Amino acid sequence: MLLLTCPCCGVTAEETEFANGGEAHLKRFGPGSDDADYEAYMFARKNPRGVHFERWRHIYGCGKWFLMARCTMTLEVFGTYRAQTSEPPAEIVAKIKARRPEWEGF
Amino acid sequence: MSHRLGTGGRLIDRTRPMEFTFNGKAMRGYGGDTLASAMLGAGQVLAGRSFKYHRPRGVVASGAEEPNALVGLGEGQRFEPNQRTTTTELFSGLKATSQNHWPSLEFDVGAVNSKLWRFFPAGFYYKTFIAPRPFWKHVYEPIIRRSAGLGKAPAAESRDADRYEQIYAFCDVLVIGGGIAGLAAAKAAADKGQRVVLVEQTVAFGGRAVVDGAVIDGQSAEAWVAAQLAALHGMDNVTVLSRTMASGVYDHGYVLAYQRVADHEPGADKPRHRLWRVRAGHVVTATGAIERPLSFAGNDLPGVMLAAAVRDYVVNWAVSPGKRVAVVTNNDDAYRTALALHAAGVAVAAVIDARAEATGELPAKARAAGIRVLEDTAIRHVEGGKAVTGVALCRFDSDGGAVFETLACDAVAMSGGWSPVVHLWSHCGGKLTWDESGAFFRPDPARPPLGQDGQGFVTAVGTANGVLDTAGVLADAGSSAVVEVEAEAPMKPVWMMPAQADYLLRAKMWLDPQNDVKVSDVQLAAKEGYASVEHTKRYTTLGMATDQGKLSNINGLAILSDALGQPIPQTGTTTFRPPYTPISLGVIAGEARGGIFQPLRKTAMHDWHEAKGAHWEPVGHWRRPYCYPQGNESHKDAVAREINQVRGSVGLLDASTLGKLLVKGPDAGRFVDMLYTNLMSTLPVGKCRYGLMCNENGFLSDDGVVARLSEDSFLCHTTSGGADRILAWMEDWLQCEWWDWKVHVINLTEQFAQIAVVGPNARKVLEKLGGMDVSREALPFMEWREGALGGVQARVFRISFSGELSYEIAVPASQGQAFWEQLLAAGAEFGVAPYGTEALHVLRAEKGFIMIGDETDGTVIPQDLGLSWAISKKKADFLGKRGMERTAMVSADRWKLVGLETLDGSVLPDGALAPLPGKTPNGQQATQGRVTSTYHSPTLGKGIAMGLVHRGPERMGEVIAFQSASGGEVSARIVDPCFYDKAGEKQDV
Repeated sequence: MLLLTCPCCGVTAEETEFANGGEAHLKRFGPGSDDADYEAYMFARKNPRGVHFERWRHIYGCGKWFLMARCTMTLEVFGTYRAQTSEPPAEIVAKIKARRPEWEGF
Repeated sequence: MSHRLGTGGRLIDRTRPMEFTFNGKAMRGYGGDTLASAMLGAGQVLAGRSFKYHRPRGVVASGAEEPNALVGLGEGQRFEPNQRTTTTELFSGLKATSQNHWPSLEFDVGAVNSKLWRFFPAGFYYKTFIAPRPFWKHVYEPIIRRSAGLGKAPAAESRDADRYEQIYAFCDVLVIGGGIAGLAAAKAAADKGQRVVLVEQTVAFGGRAVVDGAVIDGQSAEAWVAAQLAALHGMDNVTVLSRTMASGVYDHGYVLAYQRVADHEPGADKPRHRLWRVRAGHVVTATGAIERPLSFAGNDLPGVMLAAAVRDYVVNWAVSPGKRVAVVTNNDDAYRTALALHAAGVAVAAVIDARAEATGELPAKARAAGIRVLEDTAIRHVEGGKAVTGVALCRFDSDGGAVFETLACDAVAMSGGWSPVVHLWSHCGGKLTWDESGAFFRPDPARPPLGQDGQGFVTAVGTANGVLDTAGVLADAGSSAVVEVEAEAPMKPVWMMPAQADYLLRAKMWLDPQNDVKVSDVQLAAKEGYASVEHTKRYTTLGMATDQGKLSNINGLAILSDALGQPIPQTGTTTFRPPYTPISLGVIAGEARGGIFQPLRKTAMHDWHEAKGAHWEPVGHWRRPYCYPQGNESHKDAVAREINQVRGSVGLLDASTLGKLLVKGPDAGRFVDMLYTNLMSTLPVGKCRYGLMCNENGFLSDDGVVARLSEDSFLCHTTSGGADRILAWMEDWLQCEWWDWKVHVINLTEQFAQIAVVGPNARKVLEKLGGMDVSREALPFMEWREGALGGVQARVFRISFSGELSYEIAVPASQGQAFWEQLLAAGAEFGVAPYGTEALHVLRAEKGFIMIGDETDGTVIPQDLGLSWAISKKKADFLGKRGMERTAMVSADRWKLVGLETLDGSVLPDGALAPLPGKTPNGQQATQGRVTSTYHSPTLGKGIAMGLVHRGPERMGEVIAFQSASGGEVSARIVDPCFYDKAGEKQDV
């Protein structure tokens, strides 16, 4: 069971206090978008063996959504950050690069 | 024969005799005994029968690794099968029964399997029960189920009489194992000021060292352990728990530990078990090692035991497994058993050593004590039936053809070396490395389980780390204590005894005594192509018994590797999974049983419904009245009466569970336009509009009436079960996609009690209450007003889910009960009665209104349900719009909503399919529709239904066949889904 830190309220708590919301940083494709973009938005997920950006909600706490960078293989957590962004913050990216030099980047 | 010795026994208290029964036979033990030591002390060697061959079996071990001595414990509400006698503390009045035999333990008919062993090879079930396929379910499975399993499951109607609890704990260091390594590691961490939790699975601390009699810092191990324990107990930053087994190590330092609080004092006012949910900064596994059996013919007979277990019984409980014991070994440690037996006055027939020579310090001590030592010798086979009578000896490196001596003895103590307990290290990904000198797998410190920071969070110390000598153990655990102990000469890996044993011998060498897996079975599996250890395990059931291969795994791996001609590390181990030993289901449930299994949400009128004998229906965490039967009335009759009351006069519905989400802010209109398929932002203040919400696939997800409360606020009603989900859906979009929109959402569901007053006399009832004007002119259909009714501040919505004149009235939850009773009093002259959810469902079905979850199933778009009118063509975007544009969604070939009327007036079965001739491309029966809602309509006096039918609305009047409940067919005509008041005049009066 993972240990997560909510960047909004600062609480570090058990995984059961949170709810996972799948891959982070998806771009929404609405009316007018072509089939390939819509399909990718709805169904194509990276599911990597390694560095993964994902959505979590502190559902039994402050209620806020936040984002987390995590290694799906070792469960190492590189950091959590607020959801109001379209890409991971520079310091998270730097930390991942330091820990995973072979990482292809966001 | 096993017996109690006249003196000694460091754990027993001879002043506290305890009576107990085994299979009804009265026996006596002492305080401090385990059930195993008490039974052995009382001369009861035979403990049970094996799984497959029903062979007689006795105690092998002295701890959690015991495969044989499993019993049923207790009776009635406290009966529990498959309990290990070796880990069960004795108490007065304990009742144990043996398992897996008929008619009795001593005489078992099933033991005929043992004579037929040639016909029960590895994979017997797989080979035998292949064809014919239809027999799988109805013939083979019942046979296998009857013959499988050890203990009997408790009776279905019995309920666990004990209570259980769970507790959370946090620490810097969790030390697992209370032997000398664990004590030293705990002390070292505690001295640094760290918060330490130390758990030990048995009641006594000290592990092997106190039995083996090492000298630590000039004092006995016993005294050293007592001093360490006293020091730890005296420290505020240390929690010491005995009878607590760490059952699993999980991600990020999460560990479950299972404390057997009151197993040894049943009926005490304590929880029986407690589950510790520990979050540890670092985990130290000081879990010791488990001795391996040796594989020689007849090694499963009662009286053949592990050498260290024999030592434990002698030293801890003053019990000897026999009057004359043979010790067989491939290492020096087993000589300690010979010496302990000798010191206790028990005759040692000989030490049979597979090594070419035994000249170390311990063999020298044995010889000096007058014990006969036989080098380069093997047990060819054990003699005896239900008990050991002797052992036939041959040279170790032979095929066993030449027996040079038969040694009389009534017990055998065997030692094949030791395997570190690496389970907890491995649970969360720690890797192992093969240790050539000890012939075991030990934790690889370079590949530990990783925590959230990417660093290892488990350290193995002492014997668990592969350090087998007592002196090294303490150093490994960070202690500088000086240890005096005999040096040990190298062991010799022995996987089969004698080394070249022929087939008949190998077919009598047990690897896994509980599941009856023998050396010959693993060799056969390898021959038949099972090269992977995981496959061999499942094919032979090696290590699949309740002990999970604690004794058998390494021996089995070695045999498999040999058969495959590859080194052991290449074969690898099977996966170690939690729990380390079984934990009770009760403790997993903890306090979550009965009334507190899950929270129950109650409306303000809940107690009233209960007092009136409502029949409850669970709706999410709510309970809603399904109907209110009067006297002996059936549910069916009650529902019909309630419907007739609503249609004929007036009824009341507790609609409080309806979700009420307030969406407020300057961008509220923009937000509801994105959420709903229809245009909500144009709704004038004071009016209501029915709306649909879809997910991004375009599939219908929820529906409800939206009321515009003010320019910047909308009250969105959701389905009863959907409130939390829709709130989360709104929050997700607001927080993660449109975070710059100025909108706030709050859930007001429980702030209001909501009551629907429904029926042609509804207005008259409200007028009797007095207060606000509820006339058609002042409060038209699909509008809302605020005011006072009967002195209660209310928000009144003119909305209808029944087709009748209807007011839904929201009042503060605190006044819900009082207002409900006012309505009942005011409605008395109209015969007012409450109605439940089933009447609600029939009323809405008569009107052809859809219900989320009935007409929708996550694959239905609003257009399928004739709701195209509620989908805005003007809006550039809303959630689900893009999904609805996909070709499959705009296809004319979709199943669409229609009404269904059976030709004979009967009620269609719920969910019934309309079959078509032929098969689908998947080979299944082709269909053209299904029933989504079906009821008997008391209003119309016949069955009515709604369903989704291929191109349904184009086929009005057509008759199609549905499956009937009896397997036949029912004919139904496709009709308009609205069966009652098609013009909608009754609701708008």
